[in-house]
Amino acid sequence: MTTLDATPTTLTGSADELAPPLTFRQMAWRRFRRHRMAMAGAITIILLFIYAFVGGLIYTTADANKTDTSQRLSPPSMEHPFGTDTVGRDVLARTIQGGRISLMIGLTAALLEIIIGVMIGAFAGFFGGFTDNVLMRFTEAMLIIPSLFLLIIMARLVGGNAFWIVIIFGLTSWMYVARIVRAQFLSLKENDYILAARSIGTPTREIIFRHILPNSMAPIVVAATLAVATAILSEAYISFLGMGVQPPTATWGNMLDGSYNYIESAPWLWIFPGLLILLTVLSINFVGDGLRDALDPRSRNV
Amino acid sequence: MGRYIIRRILQAIPLLFFVSIILFFLMGQLGDPVATMGGRRVTRPADRERLTRQLGLDQPFYKQYLYWLIGNDWAKIDMDGDGVAETSGTRLGILRGDFGNSLMKRGQSAWDVIWERIPNTLLLMLTAEVVIVVFALLIGIFSALRQYSLADHVITAVSFIGFSTPIFFFALVSIYIFSVNFKRWGLPSLPAVGMFDPQVGKTPGQVALHMVLPVMTIAFVSIAAYSRYIRSTMLEVMNQDYVRTAKAKGLQGRQILFVHALKNASLPIVTLIGLDLALLLGGALVTERIFAWPGMGRLFLDHMLRFDVPVVMGILIILSLMVVVFQILTDLTYAVLDPRIRYD
Amino acid sequence: MPDPTLARPHDPPRDGPLRYAHDPSRLLLDIRNLEVRFNTPEGVVYAVNDISYGIHEGEVIAIVGESGCGKSVSMMSILGLIPKPPGEIAGGTATFMGRDLLTLPESDLEQVRGIEIAMVFQDSMTSLNPVLTISRQMTESLRRHYNMTDEQATARAIELLELVGIPDAERRMSDYPHQFSGGMRQRVMIAMMLACNPSLLIADEPTTALDVTIQAQIVELVSRMRERLGMALIWITHDLGVVAGLAERVIVMYAGMIVEEADVDSLFDNPHHPYTMALLAALPRVDRRRDNRLNSIPGSPPNLLNKPRGCPFAPRCIYTIDRCRSERPPLIPLSPTQRTACWVTTSDDFKYERRQDSGYESQSAGTYE
Repeated sequence: MTTLDATPTTLTGSADELAPPLTFRQMAWRRFRRHRMAMAGAITIILLFIYAFVGGLIYTTADANKTDTSQRLSPPSMEHPFGTDTVGRDVLARTIQGGRISLMIGLTAALLEIIIGVMIGAFAGFFGGFTDNVLMRFTEAMLIIPSLFLLIIMARLVGGNAFWIVIIFGLTSWMYVARIVRAQFLSLKENDYILAARSIGTPTREIIFRHILPNSMAPIVVAATLAVATAILSEAYISFLGMGVQPPTATWGNMLDGSYNYIESAPWLWIFPGLLILLTVLSINFVGDGLRDALDPRSRNV
Repeated sequence: MGRYIIRRILQAIPLLFFVSIILFFLMGQLGDPVATMGGRRVTRPADRERLTRQLGLDQPFYKQYLYWLIGNDWAKIDMDGDGVAETSGTRLGILRGDFGNSLMKRGQSAWDVIWERIPNTLLLMLTAEVVIVVFALLIGIFSALRQYSLADHVITAVSFIGFSTPIFFFALVSIYIFSVNFKRWGLPSLPAVGMFDPQVGKTPGQVALHMVLPVMTIAFVSIAAYSRYIRSTMLEVMNQDYVRTAKAKGLQGRQILFVHALKNASLPIVTLIGLDLALLLGGALVTERIFAWPGMGRLFLDHMLRFDVPVVMGILIILSLMVVVFQILTDLTYAVLDPRIRYD
Repeated sequence: MPDPTLARPHDPPRDGPLRYAHDPSRLLLDIRNLEVRFNTPEGVVYAVNDISYGIHEGEVIAIVGESGCGKSVSMMSILGLIPKPPGEIAGGTATFMGRDLLTLPESDLEQVRGIEIAMVFQDSMTSLNPVLTISRQMTESLRRHYNMTDEQATARAIELLELVGIPDAERRMSDYPHQFSGGMRQRVMIAMMLACNPSLLIADEPTTALDVTIQAQIVELVSRMRERLGMALIWITHDLGVVAGLAERVIVMYAGMIVEEADVDSLFDNPHHPYTMALLAALPRVDRRRDNRLNSIPGSPPNLLNKPRGCPFAPRCIYTIDRCRSERPPLIPLSPTQRTACWVTTSDDFKYERRQDSGYESQSAGTYE
């Protein structure tokens, strides 16, 4: 340490006039904050979580599932701000309870997608050769099958259970993440610091998790954000087609199932859950856009 | 070039086999086709057993797959359940163009069932694709040229909303506005269901009218996403050195845009369209369901719910094959557009 | 040989009139007080700060400086080639044949670009359109500006390619840029830019991306073309070595400002700005002993995000006095052919010291390490 301290500081030039350089994280945060839509999106997401989880303390699952056939399809009123559905359940309570499920499905499915994608991409990219070849052919095969079709078949296969729906989302959507991570690994593993780490005998696992992964975080974080939006949309699609989480458990998606029979007579059935999905996905997309700009200065459209 | 195409095809074959195995396996897990038999109840256990045997559903997975793939006319199968395989099979297998017989529509081959829907689907999807490409190009190029103008900001906001909208939500809203409320307000309203009004008959005018809302629905989300992509591609190209060179030569803005920028920008756009064209035949699952459009998407949903494996497998295999074919076509288009690419 | 007396296009000199080598009325391009900024998310980048100079018909000048000092940006901005936004021309005029290029509408500017003023860029790989044939790129300006038919334009293009030394020009017209070597591509670029016989050619580091042997060929080619076509030439470079044999007058830029302007002989024999001295001292020389280390200038160019209050070179300069940090020196005329923006070296005292010493070389070689 002493030798380092002794290094003369002759080359600083005009550095004394400049503020200390920002760390990557500080820079990214600064850029993100400047992205107005991303900040608005982040705040909206927080509000949506409050809506679903704090609101869930007021409107419990029991409230959401309580049927009252005398109150079927009643329009929004003081008692039922969002109206009631075909069996007289309170739509407000169901959007709150449904929000919890939909948001959780989005988050966990994205997490699973990232884990699978990172694993496969990292193995392929790091080991290369035969492993890479096999894994990438597999990825290609998965990409050939039209995704919504595959999702529907698998959803049909596992039945309307939220846990399994998360699993199939993960299993059918990891391919892009795997490709991103593989590309990152291929380019990063030839870097000098990785070669240096290898030459001093750093274990492979440590190289992957300590050295390469942290350096390919930026695209993974962006992909993860957008994956949440995709998962929420996918849940809505398969639920809309009647193959998602089954009632009485509410999700924003399955609240819409069958609602097209009431386009005219009971628009509150589909407007509220539809708007909530739109708002959530929109906010996440804005945040994703902001993150992309903040984490990768080169990709910014100047 | 010829050699490249052959190599690509040879690479695609094992992939397609692999895909078909995955799909066939999933199909087998879906449920028992005999349980519903296309909606007709087959209650007697004896009938069930016979049907299961005749359809070969009692066979091990590899055998079922093999029969589906290359047929069973070369093998003897046990039709009467006496444990002796004495009857020659009649199936030719998908490799010889035999998709098998639909379980839901007795007596019809799966291929005929699919073929019946192809015109409807192509009509809807090709129209939508043309609308998508034209509008996305116009909007994308316009907002790239007017970067950071008010119009660009508005377009950006609208397209973010666009590709964040669940398709069914847009469909419901547009039906609510253009079909329900226009009628209520006494305006000329748009039909929301089917391909034509049965009282008028299937005239071109009727079909066109019935296509407006579904096409709008399919196009809206895609235009939003594509125009963003085209915008950023155009911006990237317009910042290239060769565009600056073209400017320095005193060329007009229009000439620079159409000759120098667009040809380069078309490369990534071709990829998008290539994948889209491949999936055209699949129809639009959600849109066809909402607007009751008798296309491939609805066929898939209906037959999947009834475990009609030959039809569902047929649709999926055709789609996968199209994806592969269009991937190769896309690469070839690339080679035509970009002289730097030489595949040989 | 260039006339040692320097054309001084503007700025009435402080001490007595300057002699003009060329007729001032024939001034081709007259840039005054040009200011260019870039509004980036990180802040305003002051890329070009109040620069003024001119060039006469048929004259050759060189603009020298490190990368990022505003040499290219200043030239591109007068041709309207910087992206706006984020670029912004904050002030100044650029009079070319009686018209101010900076306020000219785009449609009129199109008639200047390529016809009157042409520009050759640094990287011929990225500056030529990869998906269009050479033929297409060669003929389009001819067809546009001269309304030539395809055959006429093609014939002229082949002629131009032969002129710049492309072998087998006719056949190569149908090739794409990537099928040419770097040197050949740059020749194509030059031919393309000379297509309409411009009266001013701006060469923006055209040799930087090339091998050393090819560099010399390109310099020679441009020089020959200039003599043949009689156009004026602005050669932008960071390599003083190229300048010596080519330019009549040299402008040295630093941090978006002109720090010294001189005829080529004065600049090499009698440089007055410490930055120029340092640049010259950094030149590798054949006549110097091999074990001598190459000199470099310590420190790095200032961040143009902050407009320096005083002299921009002060943090890296060995002569810095207090005034340098507080007040920006203007261009101070030293002779009819030389102006230098430095408080220290233009003072009488300094000139005395310098005479005592044996010139900038030993001085700077001794002091800069």
